[in-house]
Amino acid sequence: MRLRLEARQQPSQTMQWLSPFLAAVLAALGGGVVFALLGHNPATALATLFLAPLATLDGLTELGLKATPLLLCAIGIAVGVRANVWNIGAEGQLTLGAITGGGIALAFGGEGHWWTLPLMLFAGAAGGAFWAAIPALLRTKFNAHEILTTLMLSYVAIQVLGWLVHGPWIDPEGFNFPQTRMFADDAMLPVLLEGARLNAGFLLALLAVPLAWGLLSRTAVGFRLRTVGQAPAAARYAGFSANGAVWFSLVLSGALAGLAGVCEAAGPVGQLQPLMSPGYGFAAIIVAFLGRLHPVGILSASLLMALLYLGGEQLQVTLQLPIAATGTIQGMLLFFLLATDVFIDQRLVFTRGPAHA
Amino acid sequence: MHDGFALIALLVATLRAATPLLLAGFGELIAERSGVLNLGVEGMMLVGAAAGFIATASTGNPLLGLLVAAAAGALMAALFGFLTLTLRANQVACGLALTIFGVGLSALIGLPYQGTPITGLATVIWPDLDSAGPVVQQLMLLDPVVWLALALPFLVFAFLYRTRSGLVLRAVGESHDVAHALGYSVLRVRFAAVLFGGAMAGMGGSYLSLVYTPMWTENMVAGRGWIALALVVFSAWKPLWLALGAVLFGFVTIAQFHAEAFGLDVSSHLLSTLPYLATVVVLVLISRDAARLKLNAPAALGKPFSAAG
Repeated sequence: MRLRLEARQQPSQTMQWLSPFLAAVLAALGGGVVFALLGHNPATALATLFLAPLATLDGLTELGLKATPLLLCAIGIAVGVRANVWNIGAEGQLTLGAITGGGIALAFGGEGHWWTLPLMLFAGAAGGAFWAAIPALLRTKFNAHEILTTLMLSYVAIQVLGWLVHGPWIDPEGFNFPQTRMFADDAMLPVLLEGARLNAGFLLALLAVPLAWGLLSRTAVGFRLRTVGQAPAAARYAGFSANGAVWFSLVLSGALAGLAGVCEAAGPVGQLQPLMSPGYGFAAIIVAFLGRLHPVGILSASLLMALLYLGGEQLQVTLQLPIAATGTIQGMLLFFLLATDVFIDQRLVFTRGPAHA
Repeated sequence: MHDGFALIALLVATLRAATPLLLAGFGELIAERSGVLNLGVEGMMLVGAAAGFIATASTGNPLLGLLVAAAAGALMAALFGFLTLTLRANQVACGLALTIFGVGLSALIGLPYQGTPITGLATVIWPDLDSAGPVVQQLMLLDPVVWLALALPFLVFAFLYRTRSGLVLRAVGESHDVAHALGYSVLRVRFAAVLFGGAMAGMGGSYLSLVYTPMWTENMVAGRGWIALALVVFSAWKPLWLALGAVLFGFVTIAQFHAEAFGLDVSSHLLSTLPYLATVVVLVLISRDAARLKLNAPAALGKPFSAAG
């Protein structure tokens, strides 16, 4: 008896929905194996990772805080992937958003203008959009593929931030630590709950969910994006611009990532530091796929990914487990998802007797 | 005489910087010529760098470390091959997953070894080194991996264009249906190519942790896997152009350290953006002619193969 993969007549709707859950369970099991190999009781470690953060109100607000940048970046990435545009440089666009938004905070913060914070948010989104517009230009004018250019520009953005916080923007009273001075109160996002760090950025990210859903499934723009991505020939015939789809999805995802960056700077971080994100821009790629490129799915996936980040920190505190362990689980999550997704279009069949090749 | 010496020293430094790009780049070139686009080079290099370092730190034998790194890279590639070739999953997404996984896994396994000192790979010992001139002495400072990397363009060229297996590999990459109809096992050829790519990436990564800067730090590959991918596009999938591109990038990497010597007073952060910016410029220059790029790319690149059609 042998196992064989066979194409399904129609994609399985059940697997389409089941696959992310299967992947999450498999990744948790894989995580258990990693913890066991590191010499810890897998049950204790998994409980710390997935359950402990949810047990307190503080944990729940922190979950929303960490989901904010993941959600913003992942929605943008998903819009792009639908149009077959691969923006994998959200990390760099996030960094640039932190730089431009943070620049406004350092320039005008503390002067009591009502427009400081709105201008920061606008500047952050514009900075991210600008950083993503470069790959859009290079793709549409020079045919250079955005996978490599967006990623290369991420490394550049991180170095530029490093230069700023080591050089021109360094806090003069900061004992030479590579960081800017703390933002003034009027340049910080208001917190939603007294004593918690969860801030208005979370509301912005939540707002992006229905907006993106409406855009993708209720407007002609969303239809054009999907057509360009899934049936380029049909899109050409219908007169939909492929270049337009590249520009639109890259600039939109860059703006969302930039917004995520300024929300980190004006939220939990409160200043500019050499690294503004523990890889949110990359984890958002996993979030986009795990959420089936659908805004509502992405919301749930971003909460799961936020839980991984949060639980990972707990593991570090309580069990002294390295934070890199959660990075491994993140990678496994995407791997398992891609593997279980195989069964949307195919199924396993058993064949008896010798195989006929 | 002094100028000539400095020039040779610059050449040696350039070749050392180019070595990881040559190793990883030629691995990816072979994989892509067989029709498989593996975007996981960065992840395979990182795991290779960590595994090779751990093996060397535990056994004290850097040659063994190189082999372990190659095996670790191939193991990562096998995971990619299982998903994309056996299960026919999307190659772009799986390559990204491989990199994300590799970043996490290498950080995890390498953690206990941060700050561990090792004895890196020794250079080839040549007799009568003392009697040789200073220029020759400098050249003799190159380690065996550099020599291997320098031989690769010619070996790969000979394999691709002068052997039967090379012809089969190219046929599979151009049209898997034709190759299948001729009786060649498309999946077996592609698996072999992907595994070779992984082994070379792993070894390239370990060159960084064993020789170039003999230590382990998180994320130490720093985008070289992605640069290697870009170089394969730049080379238009031709071995000798890939070699030229890698050496050019080795020079850009070295140039940033020598900028101060040229009287440039620029922040080291801004200088270290040079290789990344150069990659973007090179990609733009080479991709501009879309028709030529399409002509040179393996026709079946990135397309899944199923014997059932």
